[in-house]
Amino acid sequence: MNSVLKLILEGESLDTDQIGKILGMGPEAVERELADLRRQGILLGWRPIINPSYEAERRVRAVIEIKIRPEGLGGFDGLAERISAFEQVESCYLMSGGYDLLVVVTADNLYKVAGFVHERLARIDGVQGTSTHFFLRAYKKDGFIVNDEGLRRDQPSVSP
Amino acid sequence: MDDSGRFVARHVATLPKSGIRDFFAIVSKMKDAVSLGIGEPDFVTPYHIREAAISCLEKGRTSYTDNRGTQQLRDEISRYVAQYYGPEYNPENEILVTIGVSEALDILLRAVLNPGDKVLYHEPCYVSYAPSVTLCHAVPLPIRTLSSDQFALDPAALRAAWQPGSKVLVLNFPTNPTGGTADRAKLQEIAKFAIEKDLLVVSDEIYSELTFDGDHVSIASLPGMRERTVFLHGFSKAFAMTGFRIGYACGPAAVIDGMLKVHQYGIMCASIISQEAAVEALRNGRDSMLHMRDKYRERRDFIVRRFNELGLPCHLPRGAFYAFPQVSGTGLDSMTFASKLLEQQKVAVVPGTAFGAAGAGFCRASFSTSYERIHEACERIGRFMDTVQKR
Repeated sequence: MNSVLKLILEGESLDTDQIGKILGMGPEAVERELADLRRQGILLGWRPIINPSYEAERRVRAVIEIKIRPEGLGGFDGLAERISAFEQVESCYLMSGGYDLLVVVTADNLYKVAGFVHERLARIDGVQGTSTHFFLRAYKKDGFIVNDEGLRRDQPSVSP
Repeated sequence: MDDSGRFVARHVATLPKSGIRDFFAIVSKMKDAVSLGIGEPDFVTPYHIREAAISCLEKGRTSYTDNRGTQQLRDEISRYVAQYYGPEYNPENEILVTIGVSEALDILLRAVLNPGDKVLYHEPCYVSYAPSVTLCHAVPLPIRTLSSDQFALDPAALRAAWQPGSKVLVLNFPTNPTGGTADRAKLQEIAKFAIEKDLLVVSDEIYSELTFDGDHVSIASLPGMRERTVFLHGFSKAFAMTGFRIGYACGPAAVIDGMLKVHQYGIMCASIISQEAAVEALRNGRDSMLHMRDKYRERRDFIVRRFNELGLPCHLPRGAFYAFPQVSGTGLDSMTFASKLLEQQKVAVVPGTAFGAAGAGFCRASFSTSYERIHEACERIGRFMDTVQKR
């Protein structure tokens, strides 16, 4: 695996200068590697991971299970790409099992999510049914324990 | 007024406190300090090992165990040591489970030393070797190791340090704090000398899995050594299990039996929860261990390169997770260097003298921490070096 990619996947928030020093290359070379990763469609972008309880006061988040009829309109892919294009949609996956697409949406409030489902999703030709579930509380997000009380708080900062 | 000090035994009253303690007191009160002073893995114990401990509690397995440790754990230790180190030990009478290598070393010295016996060990070394010997009313005989030799024990220096009355030789490869290792040829010479002088060899191999370059060789595996070597090992470093406090000793039956006496009166047995976790570590922990070792190696390469760039000559440690840069070029002794660095740039390293007089002119910097912290620490050390060199 690309050494720059490996380092950023380890989850350390290093800037290009720091990455360069660690890998023994100049910051320009790191920038080039990152640009390459973007060009190849491997690195899609960067996003901070925010405590969901902070977000929850401002936004609501829901997952929507969607059953679709794949004929016409480019099949599963065509429909999934169309649904992914809505700005409310954070992520969209084709799933195995009882439904076809799993969509994560965020909106200012519950009514906006409801409006999105009724007025946008349900009207798309090929969408057969939806089931919407709202997020209530988060315990872990993207590998981070949300209310981490400090696993290592009793660890001495200097030890033999 | 507390005058209870008069009750404290002379040999304890005169025992110096660990130099690390003073440092810890300062660092712990300081905000925003970046510590390279931590002598333990920064990884959390792999989940499957923690799960074994949880399951032990869920099943209500909370009793004492056999003084020697559970049969299951001794069987696993026997298998593991034979597979990765060579010598075969009988789980019935040649293996003892202890509260980390710390306890193993303590009870071993208490089991074999008579007052006045002499104990050879290489320095810089782990902080407890000399005090543990002194607490047995025995005499510590340090052997200086050198950075020019990558802090491996020079057999000639060993020969020179030997005195009549020497009974035990303590070895620790890879070494805390230097990362020094000993190859087969060196160990063969040391072994030959141990046989010649009839020394009991205590081999503390707690960092052995964290050997980065070349294969680790245990002196216990060399011809004629199994019967005069006590192999000490544990789970703290390789499996990131420091808080479990679990280790073991393997050796000839009569010595293990002597240790068992001290252990059964003083300790009874290691915690059953830790013992069950240890079984899981030996059975299924190898992949996690190798993953952590690879991470340490990458960070080692980075920190050593940075220290050398910053004007702090640093050899490439072949094992453990400590860099041991030479700081004497700054004109400061190791304690002053560490204190000023902490005071001015809030970076904690441990002065080399905390590991014995042979550590003078060096500091220990642990790379068992994130790249981010190592990077930040090195930036700060760079700024510190600017102020020192301008003088």
